[in-house]
Amino acid sequence: MAIAAQQRSSGTGRYVGVYVCLLVLAALQFVIAYQNIDASQMFTRMMVVALVEAVLAVMFFMHLWAEKRGFLWFVAVFTIFVLLTMQYGWTDSSRMRVGGAPFSSYSK
Amino acid sequence: MSQADLTMQGHSAGLLAGTPFSMPTKKLAMWLFIIADTMTFAACLVAYGFLRNGTPNWPRPFHSITNVALMTVILLTSSLTMMFGVQAAKAGDKAGAFRWTMITAAAGIVFALLHVREWLALIDEGMTLFKNPWGTGLFGASFFSITGLHLTHVTCGVIALIAVAMRYKAGRYNADDIEILGLYWHFVDLVWMFVVPLVYLLNLSH
Repeated sequence: MAIAAQQRSSGTGRYVGVYVCLLVLAALQFVIAYQNIDASQMFTRMMVVALVEAVLAVMFFMHLWAEKRGFLWFVAVFTIFVLLTMQYGWTDSSRMRVGGAPFSSYSK
Repeated sequence: MSQADLTMQGHSAGLLAGTPFSMPTKKLAMWLFIIADTMTFAACLVAYGFLRNGTPNWPRPFHSITNVALMTVILLTSSLTMMFGVQAAKAGDKAGAFRWTMITAAAGIVFALLHVREWLALIDEGMTLFKNPWGTGLFGASFFSITGLHLTHVTCGVIALIAVAMRYKAGRYNADDIEILGLYWHFVDLVWMFVVPLVYLLNLSH
């Protein structure tokens, strides 16, 4: 019983630690938003912070770290592969800046 | 022990041995749903980024970060309270698990109300799905789609939290069900970590 209570207490400490890290990282995103840097740099910095937040949440809050290694690899490989394949269109997006995206003038 | 019991035991052991990653099927199903939902949100966010990058007159309508910061703190805190709920359920503390899960649901309701308040403020300023006073009409469509999809997830999560907590309290659900619902709630929190910088912070008017 005492061991269970001790385990629960140490688990609580870890969760609070992860929570504080997530709060700090979220605050960092807000700080980055007010930095005097260009949009692409801002985007990169914010995404790096968001990725660190996501890894913390998935590993410790969602307990992926405690699952079997095979499952961890299954989730990571499939998710990262699909997310990477979604990035193929960015060059076309930059090309659109010349004439604007379809329907982009449809305002008011 | 009867032959039927032996047969059932053997069958059950066989079923467990056949479970992928030796994980309860309900939990595996939730993980598969989360992976699929990640693709849905990622597709929305990539499409949004595609349009934002390709549109020169993209609006920057957000003057204050107070509301979105408050929403972020509430959602992150709700993830912590959900963790406490799962922990209590695993320890067999039924009252504690129920209390923490309901606190999580309450945080979700506050988050949803703040979200709706923000939407109403933007609508008051003249923003709709197809037009807004600041620039391209695509902004309203993408903003309402992404935040609306997230708000739908939060609303469904709140309903599920209340339903599962009640059934857990009544003894119809067990600690695993609280844990599986916790996975969903953390995922909703995780998505918000990407929505905030992309949809709000990159569109701040300095």
